Amino acid sequence: MRPFDYQAPADAGTAVAAVAARPDAAFLGGGTNLVDHLRLGVAEPGLLVDVTGLLPTGISDDGGGLRIGAGVANADLAADSRVRRHYPVLARALLSGASGQLRNMATTGGNPLQRTRCLYFQDVTTPCNKRSPGSGCAAIGGATRQHAILGASEHCIATHPSDMAVALSALDAQVEVLGPDGERTLAFGELHRLPGDAPERDTVLEHGELITAIVLPPLPVAARSDYRKVRDRASYAFALVSVAAALEVTECRITDSRVAFGGVAHTPWRARRAERVLRGATPSDEAFHAAAAAELADARPQDGVDGGNAFKIPLLTRTLAGTLRDLARQEA
Amino acid sequence: MFLDGLSPERRGTLRRMDHELTLRVVGAEHRLSVDSRTSLLDALRQRLGNTSPKKGCDHGQCGSCTVLVDGVRVLACLTLAVTRDGSEVVTADGLSAGPPGSGGDHPLHRAFVDEDAFQCGYCTPGQVCSAVGMLDEFARGRPSVVTGDLGAAPELDDAEIAERMSGNLCRCGAYPGIRAAVARVGREREGTR
Ligand SMILES: Cc1cc2nc3c(=O)[nH]c(=O)nc-3n(C[C@H](O)[C@H](O)[C@H](O)COP(=O)(O)OP(=O)(O)OC[C@H]3O[C@@H](n4cnc5c(N)ncnc54)[C@H](O)[C@@H]3O)c2cc1C
Ligand code: SF4
Ligand code: FES
Ligand code: FES
Repeated sequence: MRPFDYQAPADAGTAVAAVAARPDAAFLGGGTNLVDHLRLGVAEPGLLVDVTGLLPTGISDDGGGLRIGAGVANADLAADSRVRRHYPVLARALLSGASGQLRNMATTGGNPLQRTRCLYFQDVTTPCNKRSPGSGCAAIGGATRQHAILGASEHCIATHPSDMAVALSALDAQVEVLGPDGERTLAFGELHRLPGDAPERDTVLEHGELITAIVLPPLPVAARSDYRKVRDRASYAFALVSVAAALEVTECRITDSRVAFGGVAHTPWRARRAERVLRGATPSDEAFHAAAAAELADARPQDGVDGGNAFKIPLLTRTLAGTLRDLARQEA
Repeated sequence: MFLDGLSPERRGTLRRMDHELTLRVVGAEHRLSVDSRTSLLDALRQRLGNTSPKKGCDHGQCGSCTVLVDGVRVLACLTLAVTRDGSEVVTADGLSAGPPGSGGDHPLHRAFVDEDAFQCGYCTPGQVCSAVGMLDEFARGRPSVVTGDLGAAPELDDAEIAERMSGNLCRCGAYPGIRAAVARVGREREGTR
């Protein structure tokens, strides 16, 4: 592991200035992804700036919604009574991720910025455009079970691993950021980017930009919401596919919905086409399958030595239908 | 201790990254200087000679390094020691009936023996620390992903225990005994509440 300096400044402005001043500096949140990457040689920063002591760790009411400090632990966020009542999809997404110990460590700011679990990305002996731009992509034609079916490029077919991020995408969350040039707020849906020809960039954040809070808008439809995750074992495993969904049914018609997918793209995948198909429809398996088909019309499964990932299309279709079916029943 | 075998130049480069910190481990205060790269797990094992937490994977995937930091279960392998200056660390060997380090079996130690909750024992210290942290989370009404009603207090059934303990792998497959041991202590707690 490359030696690095360590600082734990007292305030966010100092932390941002410290990281902005050094191209090889990085923020340290709970460390559950970054420390692993230090050990794997995937990340080799020369300076770590610990932000856990300076980021807000409170969750406050915010104009009918919630403002979540970026230092709030994943476990504390999932346990918050307001999140459980008004945004169950977020509580369930958090609780379906990692393990009890990891959720106690992982932070609200760090979770959406965790990097792909692509095995080749994590193995420094293989080519990977994300880790080492221009070196190639070992996943294409390799083992692709975990990889993307939507929005991938010829340079990278990785998926985003966060469960929490899929829920935040469905919930129209906002991200508050402090950078060297001051504060800005962006829609959570604009935080992550598709790989294109620059897969080394997971998000639109510039070097030195610190997530300080995530804001959930008031969203009545989210009171009936759920997160369903399909994986190779029942717990402590990343998603093969996952669905975050919220549904409002009035007089046997779907009047509002929110849908996002995990495990299928380089970003948490907001399924707006599916939402359009659902609007005004009678809740039925037919409508749910039509919604999945609309969203997956452009899906491009990958071949692979492990059999590839075409299975994700029917698996995701059934997972969406099952999630929506149960939510529609909850309504009744 | 771990700098001792290194050449003066090498010690010099390591020292550049050294940080002074204080850890209270099972009630005793230790002042030590660590390289910024040192994990809490290596600080405990290599520097303080506390080999109770085990290194299974060193990547957050097995739970055998689980310790309680300020009462919360965390993975010592993914924790950099420098980030925990001033913290109170409890390892499985320091758990006791009374305050940490006061001696006497912790109820979970007893239950693990009585319920045959291990074979080789390598995962056991992590399992025990994880169970203590988990029962505390449960007592505070925290939900898990298998909790049916997120608005209600969870019930400590087998599915809840399995889910909440899923971060601790056991290569010997002692899971039925582990769940039984945790259930027993959990029930005893509920009885006394
Ligand atoms: C074995 C294992 C299993 C897991 N399973 C799952 C799972 O099933 N589902 C899931 O969703 N996750 C899973 N995780 C991942 C875990 O949820 C993430 O590692 C965690 O959420 C990252 O948060 P952190 O605070 O520890 O981030 P860190 O590791 O500290 O940081 C991650 C990245 O974000 C940057 N960063 C951190 N905080 C900020 C901030 N405030 N502003 C700007 N940049 C910041 C860091 O520089 C780094 O690049 C698993 C992890 C492990 C080890
Ligand atoms: S899919 Fe992306 S992350 Fe994985 S090897 Fe290819 S370039 Fe790297
Ligand atoms: S050694 Fe820490 S989780 Fe395996
Ligand atoms: S008892 Fe051997 S690994 Fe659990």
